[in-house]
Amino acid sequence: MDVEVRNIHKTFGKVHANNDISLVVKSGEVQGILGENGAGKSTLMKILSGFISLDAGSILLDGKEVTIGSPADSVKFGIGMLHQDPLDFPPLNVLDNLILGSRERMIPNRKKVRQEFVELQKQFDFSISPDAFIDSLSVGERQQLEIIRLLWLGAEVLILDEPTTGISAAQKIQLFAMVRKLSEQGKAILFVSHKLEEVEALCTQVAVFRQGMNVGQMLPPFDNDKLVEMMFGKILTRSDRKCCTQEKVNIEVSDLKIDDPRLPIKNVNFCIQKGEVIGLAGMEGSGQGLLLRALAGIIRPSGGHIWLCEENSSKKDFVGKHYFDFKDSGISFLPADRLDEGLIAGLDLREHFILAEKQKGFFVDAKAAMQLTEKRIKDFNIKGTAENMVESLSGGNQQRAELALLRQPLRLLLLDHPTRGLDIESTLYIWSKLKQRCSEGASIFFVSSDLDEILQYSDRILVFFGGKVSKPLDAGDVSVDQLGQLIGGRGWE
Amino acid sequence: MEKEKTKNPNQNSFLFNLLTNRASSMTLAVVFALVFTSLLVWMMKANPISVFQTIITGAFGSTNNFTQVIQAWVPLVLASLGLMFTFTAGLWNIGMEGQIVMGAIFSYGIIRIFDGSDASSALVIILCILAGILGGTLWAFLVGLLKNFGGVNEIFGGLGFNFIADAVMLFLVFGPWKPEGVANGSTKMLDTRFWLPQIEGTYLSLWALGIAIVCVILVTVILQGTYFGLKLKAVGKNNKSSFLLGIHTNRYMLLAFVLCGVLAGLTGALQVLGFNHVLRNNISGGYGYIGLMVGMLANIQPLITAPIAFIFIALSKGAAGLGIDLKLDSNLAGVIQGALVIFVLIMDGVRKVLIKKFKGVQSG
Repeated sequence: MDVEVRNIHKTFGKVHANNDISLVVKSGEVQGILGENGAGKSTLMKILSGFISLDAGSILLDGKEVTIGSPADSVKFGIGMLHQDPLDFPPLNVLDNLILGSRERMIPNRKKVRQEFVELQKQFDFSISPDAFIDSLSVGERQQLEIIRLLWLGAEVLILDEPTTGISAAQKIQLFAMVRKLSEQGKAILFVSHKLEEVEALCTQVAVFRQGMNVGQMLPPFDNDKLVEMMFGKILTRSDRKCCTQEKVNIEVSDLKIDDPRLPIKNVNFCIQKGEVIGLAGMEGSGQGLLLRALAGIIRPSGGHIWLCEENSSKKDFVGKHYFDFKDSGISFLPADRLDEGLIAGLDLREHFILAEKQKGFFVDAKAAMQLTEKRIKDFNIKGTAENMVESLSGGNQQRAELALLRQPLRLLLLDHPTRGLDIESTLYIWSKLKQRCSEGASIFFVSSDLDEILQYSDRILVFFGGKVSKPLDAGDVSVDQLGQLIGGRGWE
Repeated sequence: MEKEKTKNPNQNSFLFNLLTNRASSMTLAVVFALVFTSLLVWMMKANPISVFQTIITGAFGSTNNFTQVIQAWVPLVLASLGLMFTFTAGLWNIGMEGQIVMGAIFSYGIIRIFDGSDASSALVIILCILAGILGGTLWAFLVGLLKNFGGVNEIFGGLGFNFIADAVMLFLVFGPWKPEGVANGSTKMLDTRFWLPQIEGTYLSLWALGIAIVCVILVTVILQGTYFGLKLKAVGKNNKSSFLLGIHTNRYMLLAFVLCGVLAGLTGALQVLGFNHVLRNNISGGYGYIGLMVGMLANIQPLITAPIAFIFIALSKGAAGLGIDLKLDSNLAGVIQGALVIFVLIMDGVRKVLIKKFKGVQSG
């Protein structure tokens, strides 16, 4: 089936997630879609699969305009989407999972379904037992099951959203073979990825998305440098960076290992100097968050050491210690989702400041707390009063409040997307406060998906790709292009 | 697109203000509850006005009636106060009933030890109260442990322990603790010297009333004036953030159960010493469950539990006369109570949805 989208627009509040996107995928093509996080790839895919509705534009299947109102509609039209996280029911077995999605009749014909499942499996050399329970399958097998389910439901167009995350190398080969076979059978395939290598290996054409727009198409042979430039846009100009790094080691990480079922990380080695800012670059979910949480003491590494170094060059290993020990040693973590794990919705600013300070006695001194709160509100330029519930503050003011809650002195500040969703003024303000902390000797470790921000503020950069961590790169020497290649998975080893 | 359409045609209209103002919305809920019950009464071919009249005279018509209301208010307010701790921590302590039962059992156990001895009655009474507190606390602590370390939801844990407490009670009153010769689901009556002192001619004990009033003040101060109360509230609102802010969340959740158990045990002990003067089946009087309703209506403000518990008890006691006077079932009080809770929750939900939809948009 041929798929065509014409002039698609979709906005979420102020964000123009899809801005006049047009794309044609003919039957038998494997269309790669590349782009940074937030480039609008997922939005378009969700529109095609009926999860969200478009604001303007049209979708044509085999030249006929259709309205896709729900995921069920899209299945009816023959569009199947493989989500990044499998959409299945772990407590049920494979057959029941297949049957659940079908809209045939009240009483399923298990015998027939079983037969069809086995036949479909044979085509692609998969070997999943129809009676296995989903929780006993690997991520790769669940993905295979999901694709088979979509085909079984009659999908003629397949959307694969970052399908190689979390599956084994062998399963990747199987997946690619399957995709080729399906395209030979005349299915249209949309392959969403940020991995240049995979796109190159598999796709018959590539479109690059940036900031909600389709910025260009390319046919093989693919020019890598050109693709990277298209993905990240302009060559960045750098403004002056003030460096506060002192020649004193603050924290030393050696052979750190983190066990995560989807993204095991190992062999992480680096030092953090006092006053240094280290930026963590990479596509979202490449392991930055895990390392950040391990350094904060929230998740426990399965091996290696985190040494906290003192002035007199003695050092203590903190691996295996409790989060509160990390916190008491001046290591603080600010999460990306501020209302989920930073602030407490339903409490006002004053109550937050009381909680963040050291407890004195049994009763709360309401007057002192009020004074402290008012001082902090002024110091940090928070637009709000002591009695404002935190959820009523804007994102920028919530982030200011979080910074105001940090205790003195700080050794290491771990930030997950510190300026996500903030306007320019707040961003500049937050960074001026962070830099102030650096000049006081704290080190900063931050994750951002904004490459500009990383280049602008970091002294050194760690790049993440699929759980691999690069050596620290000096931010002064590295080019945007180099970073882009590393983020896309090129130039490793 | 759709959001644009529904957005705020009449934000300043009278109806909008009526529904989003807390006081007027709650008043409306009470009115709805009364209208709803009136309709029911009318469908049963009785006169709603005379029903409410009967309830009011039943509760306040005589000194005797009034003291009975006060007397029954004590256990309900204590149970509701206990639940303030668990509600604040975001927990549903359905196990309150069982905790009251265990409090009563432990308390009566002390009576059995000292029965026939010449120990001072004040000492025995104090020991009974302490033992009751121990029993309630133990039962609550178990639920908390299961929740924290076994991953058992406190609602199921609490419900399970309620059944166990009931079984223990039945075993005792029909088994080892049954009075000689009869098995009527009750032990023999306490020696009067172990009764909490009562006002002459009534069943009302000023001691019990005093304990209840002290508890109202204590719980209010603890929850609204101390670090402990604030931390408990933080844990209830957002466990993850609280942990990251440095609060021992597990410890605080356990403490919420423990404190709730303390008040449950106290309630059980007073039920034995002050009101029933026996240990019997159903000694908890359902106060654990009614306390949940009171707690919900009080919206975690301990001071408010006092008047709400009073209204609830006045309704139940007042409705006792319905059967005799109007040939209606006295369970009508339960209907009114339930209707109150449901309408208050509905109106509160409406209020929140409206506010979120029309006022919250600006900041988003």
